[in-house]
Amino acid sequence: MCGPEGMKITEAELEEALDSRSDKLIYRILKEARIGIAGLGGLGSNIASALVRNGVGHLVIADFDVVELSNINRQVYTPAHVGMEKAPALRRILSEINPFCEIEEHVTRVTEENVQVLFGRCDIVIEAFDIPEQKAMLVNAVLEKIPSAIVISGSGMAGYGNANAIQTRIVNRRLTICGDGTTDVADGVGLTASRVIICAGHMASRAIELILNKETAIKE
Amino acid sequence: MKKEVILLVMINGEQKDCAGKTVHSLLSSMNLDPKRSAVMIRGEIVPKAEYDRILSDDDDVDIVGFVGGG
Repeated sequence: MCGPEGMKITEAELEEALDSRSDKLIYRILKEARIGIAGLGGLGSNIASALVRNGVGHLVIADFDVVELSNINRQVYTPAHVGMEKAPALRRILSEINPFCEIEEHVTRVTEENVQVLFGRCDIVIEAFDIPEQKAMLVNAVLEKIPSAIVISGSGMAGYGNANAIQTRIVNRRLTICGDGTTDVADGVGLTASRVIICAGHMASRAIELILNKETAIKE
Repeated sequence: MKKEVILLVMINGEQKDCAGKTVHSLLSSMNLDPKRSAVMIRGEIVPKAEYDRILSDDDDVDIVGFVGGG
């Protein structure tokens, strides 16, 4: 693989570099993990970027939408991606970060009907939509139709308020909600990179924590 | 004389009197729109078609209402 300056990177070299920052076992567990992300906007694109940097080996990413200039304020895309479908644009960005992460992209609207086909093999499914009805649909559908999957969802990250209001709420063993729970984009408060990235960070961190703890629990 | 019935159910970790309440009426009392919510009872998701279910004694209910933005 070639970096921007033509530097050739082998998978072994990248693995070693990632290893040096963490434990070999942790690296291997993350490499085996498969995480689904529904919605590739402010939350989804930033979560995906964090997960591939952390060394998660398999991502399933889905969005029907196209990158617009108004997305650049908080999503990982650049003006060069405007007009591209989000799923292939994001795959390209993620492959540049970590060329050895397997990324399955779907340019499609996620519905109750296709949720199992898209995310049925995922250990964790991350809800990263922006419309509340869609958020509820995805969370309900995954919990009903994919009994083995754990769901992480984002609710409340709009506006310019206190960053510490954004938290991880573990509802139960199958559902975690990140966000402040109240700030609604419908109130006209807008969405900014700083707050959206914090929420995305909470969601990605929870995914990593669940994957590592689940493995530990299996061994015990 | 009307007999007073009290049914204490855990709602998001807090005990509340839910005598005679269904999932639907519980959401209404919390000003939550069923289309923007997820309800789990004893860790299991409640399908929307079962929102007329009357809450019972050992129910431990988790309710999530979603707001927009992502």
